Amino acid sequence: MISTMTITERQIALLISVLVALCGIVLAAAGRHDPIGTHGLLILLAGLAGTFFILRGYYDPEPAPERLTSYFDDPIKVGIVISMIWALVAMSVGDWVAWQLAYPDLRFDGAWSSFGRLRPIHTTGIIFGFGGNALIATSFHIMQRTSRARMPDQLSPWFVLAGYNLFCVLAVTGYLIGITQSKEYAEPEWYADIWLVIVWVTYFVLYLRTLARRKEPHIYVSNWYFLAFILVVAMLHIVNNLALPISLGSSKSYSLFSGVQDAMVQWWYGHNAVAFFLTAGFLGMLYYYLPKRAARPIYSYRMSIIGFWGITFFYIWVGSHHLHYTALPQWVQTLGVTFSMMLLIPSWIAAANALLTLNGAWHKVRDDATLRFMTVAAVFYGLATFEGSFLAIRPVNSLSHYTDWTVAHVHAGTLGWNSMIVFGAFYYLVPQLWKRPRMYSPALVEVHFWLAIAGTFVYVFAMWNSGITQGLMWRTYNDSGTLAYSFVDSLIAMHPYYIARAFGGLLFLIGTAVGAYNIWMTMRTVPTVIGTQADRPVMPEPSRPILQAGE
Amino acid sequence: MTGPAHETLVAIAKSWGLFYLIALSIGVLAYTFWPGNRKRFNRAKNSIMNDESGPWE
Ligand code: HEM
Ligand code: HEM
Repeated sequence: MISTMTITERQIALLISVLVALCGIVLAAAGRHDPIGTHGLLILLAGLAGTFFILRGYYDPEPAPERLTSYFDDPIKVGIVISMIWALVAMSVGDWVAWQLAYPDLRFDGAWSSFGRLRPIHTTGIIFGFGGNALIATSFHIMQRTSRARMPDQLSPWFVLAGYNLFCVLAVTGYLIGITQSKEYAEPEWYADIWLVIVWVTYFVLYLRTLARRKEPHIYVSNWYFLAFILVVAMLHIVNNLALPISLGSSKSYSLFSGVQDAMVQWWYGHNAVAFFLTAGFLGMLYYYLPKRAARPIYSYRMSIIGFWGITFFYIWVGSHHLHYTALPQWVQTLGVTFSMMLLIPSWIAAANALLTLNGAWHKVRDDATLRFMTVAAVFYGLATFEGSFLAIRPVNSLSHYTDWTVAHVHAGTLGWNSMIVFGAFYYLVPQLWKRPRMYSPALVEVHFWLAIAGTFVYVFAMWNSGITQGLMWRTYNDSGTLAYSFVDSLIAMHPYYIARAFGGLLFLIGTAVGAYNIWMTMRTVPTVIGTQADRPVMPEPSRPILQAGE
Repeated sequence: MTGPAHETLVAIAKSWGLFYLIALSIGVLAYTFWPGNRKRFNRAKNSIMNDESGPWE
């Protein structure tokens, strides 16, 4: 890692690490009577680890100038590994939480192991840890390939990766010790939020600098999706987290918004987290890796552009569908419904574009599990968006809201769409980046695929059944006009479904473990391809320096 | 927020918001189907199929 950086970059990295450590000391001292003190120590530790790491490699030889003639792939490799680790951790916690819902005793009496603390560990760990690192890694890959340009420096990719994961660790450990601002998908407190802003701006600037160096005249559509993801997430994150901490030494802060405005801002954030974190960037992956793996250009480039603008401009307005039948003005709710319906068009444009690309290559889908992962992802994307538009309709939402139907919808999207496209992308990337002819075991890719499919179906069907049963039980009246079932009745009816869901989740988790093992073994054991022309530039003439002053 | 501010916001959303989205749609469609752009788009979609040879000089 350190050996990929020039001396100047090592010096800056050292400075950053020391500054981080100093911030940690300040927080630890100011917050010694508060949970924030623990985080101060953690930040100090991160800074010291960085410092140590850089000093250890400080006198390594500088990277050769030839590096500039190839893409900068090391951070991508590290990002993939970190993403898989987060997947294992957060899916295990997800499954634990699922078993807890069936058997509450599985909490084992710890404060830290209660449902309320483990659940956000699952959601944060999986969305931001697994999904976020996958997005960062694939965006580094795609931005360089489609621009035919190397990233402008060796430091900022490492900073983005390390800084982002520091944020994730702060978030997840915070829940264990009771730190949260209680906004779903935005639970981390003010100091972690500020840190993420710094990291995120660096990421955005890095992306723009790489694009500015591009040799390909047109910016390929995947990059548009990734840029929308980075830019809009920055905007959402900053606005939704506007808050005033009690003091520098306190982890607690208060939102600048209150009442229904706070709720609206939160769900404007929340749904756009779905839209731009879980959709836009992943569509960027779909539009690149699916054509590459199928060896067929995207069916219609124009459709992808129309879809892009549709998704970007419709999604922004749909957040209010999370707040039906609340104090939110009726017209705002109606606006959310209308845009949710319109959103189906660009969503299905993307799904159809992917599937039409495969038209005529279905034999490849049959034979190649990697491509099959991506195909299934496109199908589930179509399904989840159809379901979402349906759920947004007020009367439907009155049945689904608060029930497991929402959870079914969420996991149709996250298991069927997000995870599948990530696994497809990783199986495409790992042999290429580690310069191997293929994965360690193609058979294990098949095993992973079928475990993932089975797990998703069991999970989603269990929750559909459970959710609709719940919704109906809660609205069934008897002859005297009172509710026919008590809440506990509905809870007992859920029990078998919760067991089924936890079992489906377990299948999915085992699949992920198989995938992680396969990736690990590919890195470790399959011999390197001889004469790795796959990733070598064809450039006879000596290269002029790519890094120019002021860049 | 007080009453009039809310009313103003609604009025803006219902008028200008609508026009802005219509204008945007027209703009996007024009860009997408502009005959001159066809070549760039075709080039872009085929160009990614062969991008592993490293950065261009
Ligand atoms: C092994 C696979 C998984 C299992 C067993 C699992 C389990 C769970 C459970 C039990 C809940 C809580 C539901 C409730 O409160 O009633 C949940 C919520 C959630 N999970 Fe998962 N999950 C898995 C995979 C994933 C993945 C891969 C993602 C995202 C990429 C994800 C994203 C979410 C989200 C966003 C929620 C919150 C849903 C809401 O608030 O409605 N999960 N999951
Ligand atoms: C056209 C696209 C979509 C629309 C219109 C839509 C709409 C909805 C609606 C109406 C809800 C329920 C809100 C409630 O009752 O509280 C919901 C929840 C949710 N959806 Fe979607 N959805 C779409 C696509 C997706 C996709 C592709 C994903 C994931 C990858 C996703 C993830 C979620 C999550 C995580 C929640 C739970 C939010 C919570 O914590 O309550 N949605 N969506």
